[in-house]
Amino acid sequence: MAEPLIQFQDVHKSFGDNHVLQGIDLEIYRGEITSIIGKSGDGKSVLLKHIIGLIEQDEGVILFEGKPISKMKKAERRQLKEKFAYMFQETALFDSLTVFENIGLPLREKTSMPKKKITEKVREKMNQLDLEKIDHVYPSQLSGGMKKRVALARALVTDPEIILFDEPTTGLDPVRKNAVHSMISDYQKRFGFTGVVVSHEIPDIFYISQRVAMLNEGRIVFQGTAEEIRRSPNLTVQQFIQGLESRHDALTGLIPQTQGERRFREEMARMQDHLSAFSIILLTVENLYEINKMAGYEAEQAALKNFADKVRSHLRVTDICSRLGLNKIMLLLPRTNQDEAKDLCRDLADKMKSDGLVDIQAFPGFCFSVSAGIAEAEQEKPIEQLVAAAESSKNVFYEFKVC
Amino acid sequence: MESPALANSPISAVGKKAIFVVRELGRLAIFLLRGVYHIFYFPFQFQKLLEQLYFIGMKSMLVIILTASFTGMVLGFQGYYTLVQFGSEGVLGTMVALTLIRELGPVLTAIMITGRAGSAMAAEIGIMRISEQIDALETMNINSIRYLFSPRLAAAVISFPLLTALFDAIGIFGGYLSGCLLLGINPGIYFYRVEASVVMEDINGGFIKAMVFAIVVVTICCYQGYYTHLRKTGFGAKGVSFATTSAVVISSVLILATDYVLTSFLM
Repeated sequence: MAEPLIQFQDVHKSFGDNHVLQGIDLEIYRGEITSIIGKSGDGKSVLLKHIIGLIEQDEGVILFEGKPISKMKKAERRQLKEKFAYMFQETALFDSLTVFENIGLPLREKTSMPKKKITEKVREKMNQLDLEKIDHVYPSQLSGGMKKRVALARALVTDPEIILFDEPTTGLDPVRKNAVHSMISDYQKRFGFTGVVVSHEIPDIFYISQRVAMLNEGRIVFQGTAEEIRRSPNLTVQQFIQGLESRHDALTGLIPQTQGERRFREEMARMQDHLSAFSIILLTVENLYEINKMAGYEAEQAALKNFADKVRSHLRVTDICSRLGLNKIMLLLPRTNQDEAKDLCRDLADKMKSDGLVDIQAFPGFCFSVSAGIAEAEQEKPIEQLVAAAESSKNVFYEFKVC
Repeated sequence: MESPALANSPISAVGKKAIFVVRELGRLAIFLLRGVYHIFYFPFQFQKLLEQLYFIGMKSMLVIILTASFTGMVLGFQGYYTLVQFGSEGVLGTMVALTLIRELGPVLTAIMITGRAGSAMAAEIGIMRISEQIDALETMNINSIRYLFSPRLAAAVISFPLLTALFDAIGIFGGYLSGCLLLGINPGIYFYRVEASVVMEDINGGFIKAMVFAIVVVTICCYQGYYTHLRKTGFGAKGVSFATTSAVVISSVLILATDYVLTSFLM
């Protein structure tokens, strides 16, 4: 495996008698989004602040590209800091500066960029994040979601290599929450930065993270991929995830992935007992990003929500519908073989097409381009393989448009 | 390892307090030195300096004009009624001018600016601290002392002497209003006495005081705001309110104490 970009080795930190970090071992890899989850007050933000040097550890080492940060010279540290951006939980926007000045501040203070170029760059970021026409507005005049976006723009404006996000979605409604997640993921794909996100949003945060680390009582009790954490046998991890995961995905109203998997296991048991077949349909909305381009991240999430509502309303009572990713929905169809599933899928497509989806039609001429993959469950075949089979069949099987 | 009995003893308490005071003074001195260093560190922050000159200097003018005219008028009255008892009301001009230029001008100007601009600095920087705006500056690799303190310090050192000069001039005019226009002293004699008695050292002394007060006031006020989060009493909004109060109280007391020390050296 590649060398970690940032590595914590047995890092301890106390505030008075409060021993917050009790030996942190953590690896963060280049070009990935690593999420740090854990209970409130467990020191997630403290851990994040160690990375950028806002807090210094009492014991242990933090390595950047294999080099201890504490042993770096002042100039070296300054150079290192330039690679970072930090998005604060409460945004920490400068309340006496306008939105435009806020976003442009890092460029104005730390670069010799001419004024015109700064204006161009700030405007470009503002356009990308749907922040037009608020140049002269002050942060206190903005809504929570807007503030977060301004903070994100400020973090992105210097094109940093590493961005640290401290609970970027706290206090936002489901649409805006998902919009921020999708924004982070989208930008990460586009610019390839390394992201570290402290978050409570389970399972939403799993959709965008390549790695997840869980902090519990001052130690990292788990680190691995989102899939691995879902299957982790560690009781603390499972209790935490299940405790936070609500019964329904807050955005789409569908059941979250872990519950979908539980239902899958139940169906699998039923299949073994009664030999009743069951299938899955994997729906992928392929062109969600087009809405984003037309009307922004929030519109994209709102459209996905509408789409999910429509799918759900056309299913049979026994069918189970769960969210599998940013733009993926898995339908679990009990007592249905592959051919029946195909018919059902066609039926669903026809119904949705003929519906004239008024709510989605906010963007005239826009059609959801949906691809559907179908796979039938087999004995002893785990859900990942089934999903993979559905995924690979989606290109050959069925594509439909919903306008 | 110290024993609990020793840790709670009065000697230990005194020691802790002493260490706290020394640490605080050390931090204050480093804060000031870093602030001074960054005034001269390239690139200069002209725009911020101008903004602060406007805020500390220009915006304090009205309050200085009002305070100075009433102080001068009161001095005119009081001076007249004291001097007339000795038949020497003719030296009212000397009395008003020297009192203002040597003492009241620099001291009252500094105290008035502490109330107007110093408290605002402590509160503004304090709020920036508790809302993590100072941390945000640091994460952007912007030196927060350079960004927040240095321009204020430079602007104060420039504007305090100028405001003091304004205070002196208006004060002398105030003395003329009450002494000459109301109480009938000959204006010619009044202004002749002013001109004859004031020498350059008086004016220089007043300016030196003004500059020292500028450093004292801005350092204390910015320091209180900047380290709001380290206060043991009161966090958040309450912390900022304590910081602002301390900034004004400590600055005012230090202005008077430094004035005494400077006067003894300058006399």
